[in-house]
Amino acid sequence: MDDPFVLAGQELSSRLILGTGGAPSLDALASAVRASGTAMCTVAMRRIDTDTKGSVLDVLDRSGVRILPNTAGCRTAREAVTTAELAREALETDWVKLEVIADDETLLPDPVELLDAAQQLVAGGFTVLPYTNDDPVLARRLQQAGCAAVMPLGAPIGTGLGILNPHNIELIAAESAVPVILDAGVGTASDAALAMELGCAAVLLASAVTRAQDPAMMAEAMAAAVTAGRLARLSGRIPRRRHAEASSPRTGLAQL
Amino acid sequence: MGRAFRAGPFHVAGGHVNIVVNGDPCALPDGTTVSALLELRGAARRGIAVAVDGVVVPRQTWDRATLCDGQNVELVRAVQGG
Repeated sequence: MDDPFVLAGQELSSRLILGTGGAPSLDALASAVRASGTAMCTVAMRRIDTDTKGSVLDVLDRSGVRILPNTAGCRTAREAVTTAELAREALETDWVKLEVIADDETLLPDPVELLDAAQQLVAGGFTVLPYTNDDPVLARRLQQAGCAAVMPLGAPIGTGLGILNPHNIELIAAESAVPVILDAGVGTASDAALAMELGCAAVLLASAVTRAQDPAMMAEAMAAAVTAGRLARLSGRIPRRRHAEASSPRTGLAQL
Repeated sequence: MGRAFRAGPFHVAGGHVNIVVNGDPCALPDGTTVSALLELRGAARRGIAVAVDGVVVPRQTWDRATLCDGQNVELVRAVQGG
């Protein structure tokens, strides 16, 4: 089926975006990236540590995926904007997954700082992909600010609790003119499928794969789930009914 | 790049500047450039970005951007995340 995923004018060959955090090794990460079929992976920006062997960039370059830097760990718009500028300088991309979190316990986005940072980065020529709350109003404001997508959480980062407010995710997807990417909270394949069934254009996940007992196998499961959910969404599901409706003919029953 | 720079951080012939690099105080010869600092640290140039006092230093200026006393330098790169 011809169903391209276009993000900020670029066609991506997969609707699964893989975060690279949490993988037990670079080899495990490489296997998971390959098994996921993803076309884009996130990285974080941190102080250099010359003792570290190997580089996540080398792994991703070999995989041929697009690199999406994030602003993970930033608490203020100022920190996030500077981190995005550092990432642009280091990685030669003006795409950024914008994260501005409020605290370490919930890792929930700080809506005020997030919107401020998004506005500054859009003005600075960035392609901004904001990690946001499952709040339709904030999603609308981010879109109005010129973000290239909105990326609401299903549940807090790393919890694997799935999609806690499917109604809000559906509302955000229904009214958004830019792609909606479910970001965070996915625990297992059915969560990813549900996101796509609710109308999301893509799913971004990390821990569900990288911290699974078999990351590569879970990556394969997630890829299948995203495809299944997308097909289910496009194919038009049956309405929910209170009472049963037989699928076999009601007439022509044998008199036994 | 950084060919004029030979001294280690604590072997300083002339004047020096006291700066903070990734949270660690260090003394460097006067006129040390961003390029020289990266070389001293054994850091690759690819995939690296530099901020001085919270402002990004563009790559094409690293060879001539000299560090001044009291500056706070951050050297960052991409790692697994998010």
